[in-house]
Amino acid sequence: MDTDAVFKALADSHRRKLLDRLFAKNGQRLSELCVGLDMTRQAVSKHLGILERANVVVAIRSGRDKLHYLNPVPIHDIAERWIGKYERLRLHALHDLKKYLEDQGDNL
Amino acid sequence: MTRFIYVTYIRTTPEKLWDALTQPEFTRAYWSETWHDTTWKPGSSWKLMIPDGRVGDSGEVVEIEKPKRLVLKWRNEFLPEIREEGYSRCVFELQPQGDMVKLTVTQEMDTPESKFIANVSSGWPVILSSLKSLLETGDALEATKHWPKGM
Repeated sequence: MDTDAVFKALADSHRRKLLDRLFAKNGQRLSELCVGLDMTRQAVSKHLGILERANVVVAIRSGRDKLHYLNPVPIHDIAERWIGKYERLRLHALHDLKKYLEDQGDNL
Repeated sequence: MTRFIYVTYIRTTPEKLWDALTQPEFTRAYWSETWHDTTWKPGSSWKLMIPDGRVGDSGEVVEIEKPKRLVLKWRNEFLPEIREEGYSRCVFELQPQGDMVKLTVTQEMDTPESKFIANVSSGWPVILSSLKSLLETGDALEATKHWPKGM
């Protein structure tokens, strides 16, 4: 996975909006994704291209349609690599603090 | 039709990835201790076994072309309201790309707003991340090493 490409893809509010819309309804056509957005079709198409190259969105052909799907795997990998392990360290620290304070309590 | 697609790139060979997807000694490591009970022949029955002996999911091997493509007919067995939706179709595709293999997992169900698809969609990303981690680093993710307690 190209992590830079994923972070870059996420670093834009229009693209995050598109991800939210795919999260709400997966497998949409370009025309559906354009509805109600303050962007030209060309701009939406360009943003989808960036999301696809980062592997955050996958487009598949279904008859004449091109359907866009959210690919949750790269974002999960980022969460695991850049969020989960730091969260765990903090939880371990809290656990150790609790244990220390409780052990102190036993000695009083 | 409700469909979910997962694409991940794993630094490995198609043969190793195929074994990791199909062989119990691998699936137990990254897929919450579950294992496939099947002979891996077209038309043969297929079961995903839970470590306590229950059948988690069941179905049939629809297509199998080692190490490129595997299609399973797949129904949940241990959650009644999910089971009643019936059979989904799960496709695994492995394509070598340089020193990586692109793994595409597609799971689809003919009903709209499928609960089954909603259910697996929260499960696959963590399992596939763990599979990638196992093949690339030799160690699966902690969250997938054991079957969840009480499930």
